[in-house]
Amino acid sequence: MTARAKWVAIILIAVVALGATAAIGVYAWVQYQARQHAPSTVPTAPAAGWARGDRIVFRNTAAGAGYGFVGSVPLDDPKGARALTSVPCDRVAATTRDFSCLQTVRGITPTYTGTIFDNAGRMLLTWPLPGVPSRTRFSPDGSLVATTAFITGDTYASVGFSTETAIRSTKDGSSFGNLEDWTLLIDGAVNREPDRNFWGITFRDDNTFYATAGLLTTGRTFLVKGDLAARTLTAIADTVECPSLSPDGTRIAFKRVTSGVGPTVHWTPAVLDLATGKVDVLRIERRNVDDQIAWLDDTTLLYGLANSTPGDSDVWQLKTDGRSAPAVFLAHAWSPTIVHADGSSHG
Amino acid sequence: MYISFSNKPKQPDGSHDGTESAPRRPAGLRTVSSTVVGFGIVSMLTDISSESVTAVLPIYITSGLGLSLIAYGFLDGVYQGVSALVRIAGGYTSDRLDQPKWVAFTGYAIAAVARIGLLFAAGFGAILAVISADRIGKGIRTAPRDAVITAASRPDNLGTSFGVHRTLDNIGAAIGPLLAFFILLLIPNGYLTVFAASLAFALIGVAVLGLFVPNVRPRQAAAHAAVAGGGPDAAAAPVPRPTFDWSVITAGPMRRVLAAAGILGLLTIGDGFVYLVLQARSNFAAQWFPLLYVGTNVAFLLFAIPLGRLSDRVGRARVFVFGHLGLLAAYVTAALPVTGAAATLLCLVFLGAFYAATDGVLAALAAQLTTPATHGTGIAAAQTVVALSRFVAAVGFGILWTVLGRETSMFVVAGLLAIAIPLIALLLRPFLSATGQRQVS
Repeated sequence: MTARAKWVAIILIAVVALGATAAIGVYAWVQYQARQHAPSTVPTAPAAGWARGDRIVFRNTAAGAGYGFVGSVPLDDPKGARALTSVPCDRVAATTRDFSCLQTVRGITPTYTGTIFDNAGRMLLTWPLPGVPSRTRFSPDGSLVATTAFITGDTYASVGFSTETAIRSTKDGSSFGNLEDWTLLIDGAVNREPDRNFWGITFRDDNTFYATAGLLTTGRTFLVKGDLAARTLTAIADTVECPSLSPDGTRIAFKRVTSGVGPTVHWTPAVLDLATGKVDVLRIERRNVDDQIAWLDDTTLLYGLANSTPGDSDVWQLKTDGRSAPAVFLAHAWSPTIVHADGSSHG
Repeated sequence: MYISFSNKPKQPDGSHDGTESAPRRPAGLRTVSSTVVGFGIVSMLTDISSESVTAVLPIYITSGLGLSLIAYGFLDGVYQGVSALVRIAGGYTSDRLDQPKWVAFTGYAIAAVARIGLLFAAGFGAILAVISADRIGKGIRTAPRDAVITAASRPDNLGTSFGVHRTLDNIGAAIGPLLAFFILLLIPNGYLTVFAASLAFALIGVAVLGLFVPNVRPRQAAAHAAVAGGGPDAAAAPVPRPTFDWSVITAGPMRRVLAAAGILGLLTIGDGFVYLVLQARSNFAAQWFPLLYVGTNVAFLLFAIPLGRLSDRVGRARVFVFGHLGLLAAYVTAALPVTGAAATLLCLVFLGAFYAATDGVLAALAAQLTTPATHGTGIAAAQTVVALSRFVAAVGFGILWTVLGRETSMFVVAGLLAIAIPLIALLLRPFLSATGQRQVS
C-alpha cells in the first residue's frame, strides 16, 4: 500500500465512522427534543396543586414535559393527574414540609448533590455527594436525613465497589459521618473487616435506624441496627439488603438475594418480623427487584421496576401475604414516599 | 547486552532494518520516532474510546438501566486481575512470534469489535461483555505496544519516547470523559451516541495502527544487527534466531528491578484511598470528588515528557525510585490537617508526577535491561508485578484503615515508603544512573 493509499483509506474510515456517529447523535437529539417538547404522556396538574393532603411523592418518569421532575398524586387517586414541580431528582424522599432530592448535576463533567427543598421549592440545604445517588430517607419527624451514594468517578481506583452512607441533621446540615467510621458489632464482637460497606437506611426514630452492612470480601450482608448517640451498628440478622421499616414499626421489608452472584444476582422482596425473626420471602414476585422498598400501608409494599422504555419505570405494589400477585400501582414513576397530611410519612 | 536499534523519522517509507547504530543526537521531542508518535495517537484514540464508556457507565447503569452498581463493582476487581495475567501472555506471545505490532493489533481489535455489541444489545450483559473484552484486549496489547516503542527508539531516548507516548495516551484519557459528558449534556439520554462515538474512535485507532505503525521485529533486527557487525553485506546473510531466554528476566538486573517494583508497589495504596482521605477533610475535595482523577491525569500528562527526558539523562532507575517521593508527598499532603483547595490540588500534582516518573519510565527501564528477544515479556513482567503488588497494597491498606483510622494509616504507609525509597535506591545502585547510552553487557 502506498503512503497515499494509506492516507486515503484512513480518511475514508474516519469520515465514515465519525459521520455515522454524528448521524446517530443528530437523530437522538431530534428524538430527545421532540420528546421533551411533547406534552407529558400522563395527565398533569399545575405545580400549585402539589404537596396537598394525603399523597404520594415520587420522581415522574413519564416521557414528555416534566420527565425526571418531582411530583405528587393524591393517595386515594394514584392514577389521577400529577402535580409536578420543576425540580429534577434521581432519588427523592419527602416529609409533610420538605423533600430530599439527590441530583446528578449535568455539566461538561457531572457532579452529584443532595439537597433539601421545602415544598415551595426553596433550597434549604445542599451538600456534595461522592458519586451516583442511590437512596435517601427522612427520620419520622424530618429532623434527620440519610443518603447513600456510590463512590464513582475514580477510574484508577482499585477500591472496587464502594458506597458512602451518611446521616445529616436537616436543621444545620451537620453530618454524623460515613457509617464506615462507626463501630460495627457482629455477634457481639467489633468487626474490622476492611471491605465493609453500608447502604439503605430506614429510621425508627431520631436515634435508632436500620441499614445494610455488606462485607464484600466474604459477600455477606447483615441487617444492622444503628444507634446515633453511641455511633454503633449492631448486626441483628443476615442476608438482608435495603431495609424499610413498616409504618407500625413491627416488620422490615427488604430485598434478599435468592439466586446468582455478581452480574447474575437476583433479588426478591422479603419481610422480616422483628419480634419473631421470621422471614417471608415473597416469591410470587419473580422479577429482580433492585430498590429500597416502601410501605403503602402495614400490609402492602411498593417498589420500582424498570419497564421496556429506557429510563422509565413503574411503581408496583405487592401484598405481604405472599398470595396476591404484584400489580402496577403508579405507572411511569420512581422512588415513592407516602406522605400523610397529619405529619407522618413513610418510604 | 543492549543492542541499539533505530527507526528514525527521516527513513524513507518507515523501513527499519535498523542495522546502523544510533547517532548521537540531543534527546528531545523532535527526535522521537514517528512510530512512537503513531502509536501514541493509536493509544489516544483508544483511550478516548474506552474512557468515554467508562465515564458514563455508573450513570448509564443506574439511570439508563435502573440498576444498582453492586454487580459492576463486584466484577471490576476480577477483571483487573485477569488483565494483569493476560499481560504476561501478551508480552510472551509477542516475543515468541517476534510480531509485537500484530499481537498488539489483536488486543486493540478485540476491544473495538466488542463495542459493536453495545450498539445492538445495550444492557447490563452487553456492558459486562464489553468491559471484559476491553480489559483482556488491554492486557494483550500493553506489553507488545511498549516493545514496539522500545524497538522504534534509541537507547538514549527511550525515556523520552515513553514520555511522549504516555502524554498522548493521557490526552485521550482526558478527552474521552469530556466527549462523553458533552454528548450527554446535549442529549441527556444519549448513551447510544456515546457508544457509537466510542466505537468510531476505536475503529479509527485500529485502522491507524494497522496502516501507519510499521511492524518492527526486534528479534530479527537484533539478529541482523549482530550479523551486520561482521560486514557490510550482512543483511543478506542467513539470520540466526536469538532464542528467548527467561533468565534475562528472572536473573541479573531485571530480577532486582522486579523486586524493587514489587516492594514499592506494596506501598502504593491506590488513588482511590488518597481521594477518600482528601474528601473526608476538605470541602473542596468533597465537592469535586468525582473529578479528582482528572486532575491527576492532567498532572500526569504534563510531567510525562519532562520526566521521561530526565530519565534519559540521569538514569531511569533513579527517576523510577525517586519518583516515589511524589507518592510520599501525596500521602503526607492528604493526611496533614490542612484543608482547602490548595492542599487538594497540590496532592493531585504530586500523584500525577509520581505516575509520570514511574509508569513509562519503568517500561523504559525494563526495556533497557532486557534483550530485544525478551522486551515484551520483560516489560509485561514489570507491569504485572506492579499491578499485583498494588492490588495487595489496596487490600492491606483497607485493613489498616479500619484498624487505625484513615489519617494514621496514611502516615504509617508514608513512613514505610520513606524507609523503602533509600533502601530500594541501594538495591538498584549498580545501575541507578545507567541511561542506556552505555552498552550494558
